Amino acid sequence: MKKAEQSKVMWNKYKPFIWAAAAVVIYIVIMLLDGFDMLSRHQKSLLIPILVNVILAVSLNLTTGFLGELTLGHAGFMSVGAYAGCLLSLSLDIPEPFRIIICLVFGGLVAAVFGLIIGVPVLRLKGDYLAIVTLAFGEIIRSVIVNLEFTGGAAGLKGIPRSTTFTIAFLCAAITIVVIRNLVYSRQGLAIRSIRDNRIAAESIGMPVSKYKVLAFVIAAFFAGVAGVLYGQNLGHLSPSDFDYNKSIEILVIVVLGGMGSLTGSVISAIVITVLPEVLRGADDYRMLLYAVVLIVMMILNASPKAQEMKANLAARFRRRKPDGVPGGKEE
Amino acid sequence: MALLETKNLGISFGGLRAVDDFNICVENEQLYGLIGPNGAGKTTVFNLLTGVYKPTRGSFFLDGVKLNGKTPSQINQAGIARTFQNIRLFKKLSVLDNVMAGFHNDMQYSLAAGILRLPSYYKQEKVYKEKAMELLKVFDLQNEAEYLAQNLPYGKQRKLEIARALATGPKLLLLDEPAAGMNPHETEELMKTIRFVRDTFHIAILLIEHDMNLVTGICEEVTVLNFGQELAKGKTDVVLNDPKVITAYLGE
Repeated sequence: MKKAEQSKVMWNKYKPFIWAAAAVVIYIVIMLLDGFDMLSRHQKSLLIPILVNVILAVSLNLTTGFLGELTLGHAGFMSVGAYAGCLLSLSLDIPEPFRIIICLVFGGLVAAVFGLIIGVPVLRLKGDYLAIVTLAFGEIIRSVIVNLEFTGGAAGLKGIPRSTTFTIAFLCAAITIVVIRNLVYSRQGLAIRSIRDNRIAAESIGMPVSKYKVLAFVIAAFFAGVAGVLYGQNLGHLSPSDFDYNKSIEILVIVVLGGMGSLTGSVISAIVITVLPEVLRGADDYRMLLYAVVLIVMMILNASPKAQEMKANLAARFRRRKPDGVPGGKEE
Repeated sequence: MALLETKNLGISFGGLRAVDDFNICVENEQLYGLIGPNGAGKTTVFNLLTGVYKPTRGSFFLDGVKLNGKTPSQINQAGIARTFQNIRLFKKLSVLDNVMAGFHNDMQYSLAAGILRLPSYYKQEKVYKEKAMELLKVFDLQNEAEYLAQNLPYGKQRKLEIARALATGPKLLLLDEPAAGMNPHETEELMKTIRFVRDTFHIAILLIEHDMNLVTGICEEVTVLNFGQELAKGKTDVVLNDPKVITAYLGE
């Protein structure tokens, strides 16, 4: 008991450093692979979309997993950020890393402002109603973009400088994860999680519930906007149909699959869900069918009580073989 | 001046006067009981005093400050904390975090300090973690600090709810049936804890209870409610022997 406690304390103390080291190693490995030309063009083209989805999933997890509000409009915020950031990049003529940084911040801020405008009235709603209203918001944004002149209408926005590099996307993803993790495990994040568990009790101990709901919503919108800018400046063009409700649902699928309120889960699941359709490309006509089947199987393995029981049993058997000192089977 | 004072407080739901002309005076460091048969409006009174319901008539004051129309969160900050009849803990948070949540408004570090992990974050988290552990010790919960609240046994969940309410630093604590579901031994222990809390934190406690042993054991004064109206009030032993009260509980 004592020993297990100690190892847990040690683990918690060094966890941030271990994660940081892991991130650096992953980054170096990918850069090396790229440097020695060991990645195919196809594999390289997947790197940035994976990171974009990581940012989207981690930020949606803040509202859905930690605040506990089901929102289906995340692609809406992504599109607002994408258009704001990419339009700015078209009219901004300064050297490169600075331009994209300014565009990323601008895209994020515009999305955050939209998050505030939408969040204040909408967060009075609960559950299904909130889901439907946010879904409608996403669709409204899309139709507005289709019908505006300066966004390029239905044909989309072309000729955007393609300045998203792997390094920039990686940094953005890392910052997103760190900011949201630190937020969740601060005083403000504790309030956000308390509101999820019991709103009435949170009010009864003096927490300004609406303020924190809007805060979580706005921060999630900010990062969705950043992801949008990365996305647009990676492809070089934007089209409104990229941000329809399918995209919102896809992000939600990533979050649910990775586990509500689990940041590591969101990251892993973002990678899996982005890569999966490409891996299945060989299956041609059956691709979407297989994709659906794999999703269902993964959901069952992740969420059903029976499967979790099996996992726990396996972990217990593993632990029995190595009686002490093995911190294996760590559940997030 | 009394700590809590209500003046003809009342609320109607449609045509039903759930609570009517409710007058109560709770002094500093007093243990006050609110009793009555089921459906008498006791919890409704609590919901009025904590801002969950807005009173349709009358007003109430804490330390002379009028609190009608304030939100639950403002009322808590003014100094009234409560527990709930059907326990409302943050189930998926640890026992320690439940109490830390109670310190939420005392902790002052900003959003930026939390995200950037500035020194003020570490300093305050440490101070309030120690305070929270002290509070858990009062309720003999220090060994379960890392458990999820939902995994605590029922009696300890009730205690944790009291600890969380105390963390907000109230002047008046409202306990809604604290002994519900406890066996006589646990109730005995709870009575000691309630007295201890009053003496250590120097607060007044207003409690709803059906367990007459607890009421006679610790309450200095009681008010009896029946059908939303005050039936009797005064010293506990006098009121409980009032024929009107006995009739309300047992019938003619």
